[in-house]
Amino acid sequence: MREFDYRRATDVSDAVTLLATSPEARFLGGGTNLVDLMKTGVESPDLLVDVRGLPLDRIEIATDGGLTIGATVTNSDLAADPEVRRRYPALAQAVLAGASGQLRNMATVGGNLLQRTRCGYFGDITKPCNKREPGSGCAALAGEHHNHAILDWSEHCVATNPSDMGVALTAFDAVVSVHTLDGDAELPLSEFYLPVGDTPHRETTLPPGALITGVTIPAVPVAARSRYRKVRERASYAFANGSIAAALDVEDGTVRDVRLAFGAVASRPWRARKAEQALVGGPATAEAFAAAADAELAEARPLTHNGYKVPLIRNLVVDVLTELTQETTR
Amino acid sequence: MTAPSLPITSTTTTESTPTRTNDAVGAANTRVEGIAKVTGQARYAGDIPFAELAYGWLVLSTVARGRIRSIDAEPVLAMSGVLAVLHHGNAPRLQPGVGLMGPDASTLLLQDDRVPYRGWPVALVVAETIEQARAAAEALVVTYDEEPHDVVFTADHPAAHTPEPSRLVQPDVERGDVEAELAASAVVVDEEYTTPEQYHNAMEPHAAMARWENGRLEVVDANQGSHAVAQLLAALFSLDLDSVRVRSEHVGGAFGSKGFNAHLILAVMAATQLDRPVRVVLTRRQMFSLVGYRPATAQRVRLGADADGRLRALDHESVSLSSAHQQFVEASTRHSRALYGADALRVRTKVVPLDVGAPSFMRAPGWTPGSFAVESAMDELAEKSGEDPIRLRVRNEPAVAPGSGLPFSSRNVIACYEEGARRFGWADRDPRPGTRRDGRWSLGLGMAASAHSAGVAPATASITAEADGTFTVRIAAADIGTGARTALILIAADALGVPQESVRMKIADSDFGPAFLAGGSMGTTSWAWAITEAAVALSKKVLPGDPIPPEGITAKADTTELVGGREQLESLGFGAQFAEVAVDVTTGEVRVRRMLGIFAVGRIVNPLTARSQLIGGMTWGLSMALHEGGVRDTASGGLANADLAAYHYASNADVPVIEADWVDDPDTYNPSGIKGLGEIGIVGGAAAIANAVWHATGVRQRALPLRLDRVLGAGA
Repeated sequence: MREFDYRRATDVSDAVTLLATSPEARFLGGGTNLVDLMKTGVESPDLLVDVRGLPLDRIEIATDGGLTIGATVTNSDLAADPEVRRRYPALAQAVLAGASGQLRNMATVGGNLLQRTRCGYFGDITKPCNKREPGSGCAALAGEHHNHAILDWSEHCVATNPSDMGVALTAFDAVVSVHTLDGDAELPLSEFYLPVGDTPHRETTLPPGALITGVTIPAVPVAARSRYRKVRERASYAFANGSIAAALDVEDGTVRDVRLAFGAVASRPWRARKAEQALVGGPATAEAFAAAADAELAEARPLTHNGYKVPLIRNLVVDVLTELTQETTR
Repeated sequence: MTAPSLPITSTTTTESTPTRTNDAVGAANTRVEGIAKVTGQARYAGDIPFAELAYGWLVLSTVARGRIRSIDAEPVLAMSGVLAVLHHGNAPRLQPGVGLMGPDASTLLLQDDRVPYRGWPVALVVAETIEQARAAAEALVVTYDEEPHDVVFTADHPAAHTPEPSRLVQPDVERGDVEAELAASAVVVDEEYTTPEQYHNAMEPHAAMARWENGRLEVVDANQGSHAVAQLLAALFSLDLDSVRVRSEHVGGAFGSKGFNAHLILAVMAATQLDRPVRVVLTRRQMFSLVGYRPATAQRVRLGADADGRLRALDHESVSLSSAHQQFVEASTRHSRALYGADALRVRTKVVPLDVGAPSFMRAPGWTPGSFAVESAMDELAEKSGEDPIRLRVRNEPAVAPGSGLPFSSRNVIACYEEGARRFGWADRDPRPGTRRDGRWSLGLGMAASAHSAGVAPATASITAEADGTFTVRIAAADIGTGARTALILIAADALGVPQESVRMKIADSDFGPAFLAGGSMGTTSWAWAITEAAVALSKKVLPGDPIPPEGITAKADTTELVGGREQLESLGFGAQFAEVAVDVTTGEVRVRRMLGIFAVGRIVNPLTARSQLIGGMTWGLSMALHEGGVRDTASGGLANADLAAYHYASNADVPVIEADWVDDPDTYNPSGIKGLGEIGIVGGAAAIANAVWHATGVRQRALPLRLDRVLGAGA
């Protein structure tokens, strides 16, 4: 591991100023991902700017009735917040489905949005990876990829985004607030992650040197009846093989409103807009749920080892929407 | 609960009067070093400070086959704190032909420019601090002339061949006419079962410190047998055995992986070259290429039976991954040699040597993958013949050991079936698959038999009667986390007829003389015999009331002749494991809801740690069934999942209530009555779970692990 300097930022403006002192500086949140990557040599910053102590640790009700979540709110505090649990239960469930108690106590909301893929080739500096080392090739494409992307990947990279929290936030149209030397900006989560294309090393639209200061979730009434389900290779402490955040409002057997997002299928949390469009105004039946899932998954391009994700996601859509229908029919 | 072989007494005794007593064995005792361990006072090989200690960091090959073209040591030697870069051009020469189980090419480190597999040590960088050593090792540029490699294991690989019989490879068996019996069978099962590479990953990473002190090589290491390691070091470095001392007081798990490994050999090389104490500790990722693993197996099992399930033919062929560099044979046919009687028996073993590191012993080698195949096949035979899986097994109990033809010293497996069935509620099981549900979960019950050899090997021990009335036992035993130290105290107390508080147990020091390893489920049995003999010898030297001089009176024992003089019998522990699983076929998730294991494993020395061993083994069986598997990356030749984030073990949430217990199993083939139980707990568990998954879904799973992508869509 490269030797590095460590600075603790006193406020938001101090943080971005400190970061600007070196092109190889990184913000340090909970460190639950970055420090691992530094140990394995994937990341080798010369300066860490610790932002975990910044006063961005509040969850507040926004003027529109939504929630504003500070960037340094820990995953544990986010999942335990009564307003989050009441208004966006899928978000609390998603956070609790990730990592372990110890990690959630350290990990922050801002850091969670920026965690890196767990593709084994990305994490092993002795192997090729376009995301880590542009132009070196993608070893996963012809190698081990049973937990890689089925949607919107490119021959340059088939890695997935590992976040559970991000899937729920994507379903609920969250907006990321950032601070830069030039001032504040807002980035809808739907525009936050870049498609893979031929630049898998470029993952977000964050301006250079920007600090995430918080996330705002708009008022989404349907989110009060939402669920996150995660399927993984052991009962806890594993990244998803497939996950779903779903919210559903059914009246007289007809879908009034629905939100759907998938995890572990693409380089970013996957908002299933085609499926949502197929469902709204239609019947809340298992057949309709399956057809909507099929519409979303029509573009899936499974690889040799990950074809199971197509039926897995389809089954999750049907199961979770059926459960929500049974629980929320009015 | 059935009674243990000796009555349980209170866990501690406050009596201080050294009256004659013999009830320590059989009483539940916490580990004598337990407080030290949980408070961090117990020091492991990587923890102990030494003056002038330097640190070595390994550099591993990044190609899977070829030759080292260059090692650019100069820039690294100029880095801060760097003391040396050892490589094949400057390392001390080693004696070939040395190894734990015969000549082992893996011990010949830094001797030539050949790279036999990815992750092979090509250099050791030594520096003043561990950080400097690591930074320098990571900066060292090594170039290679790469050659094509082959790491893809298949049963029909052209390189598959029958290995020469050896100490570890039993010859193939062919008795009766398997083909004719199969042709005459009313019911036939003919299936292939596969198990992946599995990795030990003891909690304590491998660590060793070596230094020269007054002309003696002193080593503090994490290993399973300090005397064996001292012998190997002496042979490898051409030293007198007397000039080598190896200690390993505390060892944080081993499971077969802590024999004679690269970190130790390289630490000795560096200490010799630099004339300075050097410590080498492996990283978790390095452990995936340097300390062995359980090789992948592909096993074909053919069973032929009469309509009532009586076996006419048992044909078991096991093909396992090996290394072109150093052969290791996974003896998976041990299970079929021991469990079921058939008119015709054929067991065959093959290996496929590829460009991978040498596999090694991993908890219950052979038995573990073999039991998955054979016990799964028996369940398939039960299904096909409409017979209950337990009744089927009882019907095929052999009179003598099927493989060797030897009589059993004792065989109490039927009691395990019966007690297990009673406690698990087996009689209420509807034999039809897919009949029970709980919400989205399909439920199923399965069982399998367990077995493991219960051997004994020579050991030496000494006991000193001290002037203060206490006794000091010295034996080069190893406590690799099992509670062996405590068990030996109980054995010594009973052998001496004194309270256990009067016994001081000194272990894990090669100066105490030869003793078998903590391995093969033979440690406690072998050490107990030597300690008991030493107690007998001491009782002849010291009569009650004799004055004891300040230096004490010492008696020694060596069981070599006693062990060698026994008649040949098949000595095995047995067991039965039961599992209930829940399967969601829409997602492929499998959860184990409960497990029960009932074992016949001789006399139980310490019920507390014995149960821990059995439960630990069963937990690993669960982990093997559902989670574990090293995945080879074909292009690089290494593993695609060489860390604990990607190589999954069962998490706490995966492990339900697991109960282990035992039935009476009197057996004096080993005079202590002990049958080693360190390994049997992992044998059969994966098959019990896979059989339960079939019962839940109606679909057979013949490839481990039962990963969700394999189970997804499995009917029901």
